[in-house]
Amino acid sequence: MNIGYYPGCALHGSSNDYEQSLRACLGALDVQLQEVKDWICCGATAAHSLNHKLSLALPARNLALAERDGHKELFAPCPLCSMQLLKVQKAIAGNGLRGELAQIVEADLRGDGRVLNLIQIFQNIGLDRLKAAVKTPLTEITAACYYGCLLTRPPDVAHFDDFEQPTSMEAVVAATGAKTVEWSYKTECCGAGMTMANEDTVLDLAYKILSNAAAHGANCLVVACPMCHVNLDMKQEAVNRRYGKKLGMVVYYLSDLVGLAMEISAEQLGIDRHFVTKA
Amino acid sequence: MGALAPTHLQDCYQCGKCTAGCPVAARMDFAPNQLIRLLQLDNSDAALRASAIWECVSCQTCSARCPKSVDCAGVMDVLREFSLDKDKGEVKAAKSQHAVIAFQKAFLDNIRRNGRLAEMELIGLYKADVAWHTGRIGVLFKDAGLAPQLSKRKKLHLLPTKAKDRGVVERIFERCSARRSAHCLGPEKK
Repeated sequence: MNIGYYPGCALHGSSNDYEQSLRACLGALDVQLQEVKDWICCGATAAHSLNHKLSLALPARNLALAERDGHKELFAPCPLCSMQLLKVQKAIAGNGLRGELAQIVEADLRGDGRVLNLIQIFQNIGLDRLKAAVKTPLTEITAACYYGCLLTRPPDVAHFDDFEQPTSMEAVVAATGAKTVEWSYKTECCGAGMTMANEDTVLDLAYKILSNAAAHGANCLVVACPMCHVNLDMKQEAVNRRYGKKLGMVVYYLSDLVGLAMEISAEQLGIDRHFVTKA
Repeated sequence: MGALAPTHLQDCYQCGKCTAGCPVAARMDFAPNQLIRLLQLDNSDAALRASAIWECVSCQTCSARCPKSVDCAGVMDVLREFSLDKDKGEVKAAKSQHAVIAFQKAFLDNIRRNGRLAEMELIGLYKADVAWHTGRIGVLFKDAGLAPQLSKRKKLHLLPTKAKDRGVVERIFERCSARRSAHCLGPEKK
């Protein structure tokens, strides 16, 4: 199966372990990622905070490029990229902005493709197929599935799962033979892009998430977002310093767990490149 | 201001659910429901000057939970954008929030030049800006210890790939630099 792929800046930057994990895991499931040619940044938080029009135009350019490449489905593994793409589609459908946006981005724009997150990719592959591909069930893993914000919010744009009590990630993790826990912070914010400019916020929120997962019996967290991973994994040492703790919570990308269950090595998946590598 | 917000502000009946769920409300000078109240009372000046709009992490919880479909997170975006406009020569955005504002500006400048984010360049220019404007020289060295750790993990890219067609990126920025038109904000609900 070939699918359009919009990596976004993070996956070609310091979150390239996420891309490595995706390619190793999805490749083994015969999903080939076809990168959108000459994609550009979606503008992220900076654009929607400072320039509304730009926050629609930048992702609109990427939607147009994906359409030009013939992709009917576009996989955006970063939930913020994904949300910005979906907002453009909503703006085209609701506000009649198609013509103006097409002019701004110098390309035809239909806005009729399907934008997918990582959980939806696994749903498309089929949970039965995932279960059949498992070689070693992950019986040692008890995971706290962490959705963060933008996989499900705002619900009138995301149209994905229950925005207060989502369960779709748990279903994928269960297919790997791992256990999951019920916990309180699965849709709380990790501080997102404030990692540099407002670190205190990120450390406080990350601490609440990591410690709540541990308190509910999880021995790791699972995410489907590069920023969540940065704040919970890379910043975990700083969280430990601030709170005088040794949390030691491994943070997996969802594709890591599916890959491990298919006996793809931690090195191939890039898990050895995370900051916290031992529980 | 109210007419430009992408939502119908007068629908808010101050139940406070937005603030109850806000992960950073405790850090704010005006809580989310208070910001909406300021706008209902046509006191946009106080809202534009609030540090709260830069503490907001855009998690969308307020908008998702609002029983009256007031898009509070969208209002935050509008406030941030307008707070940086010059009004009689003055920018209203809170001076105390220089770091967050500098980061967002540096981010946009970065993708305008490169088409895609060049992380190391962003970090360097952002830190230089904060050190220059606040005199906090220490910011230059903060997290410096992370660089070798990122490098060891092959996560540090000194020469990232840029978009090929950077001309179109510049033209998109140019076309979006004019003051936004009201219809781009979404129709006012009646």
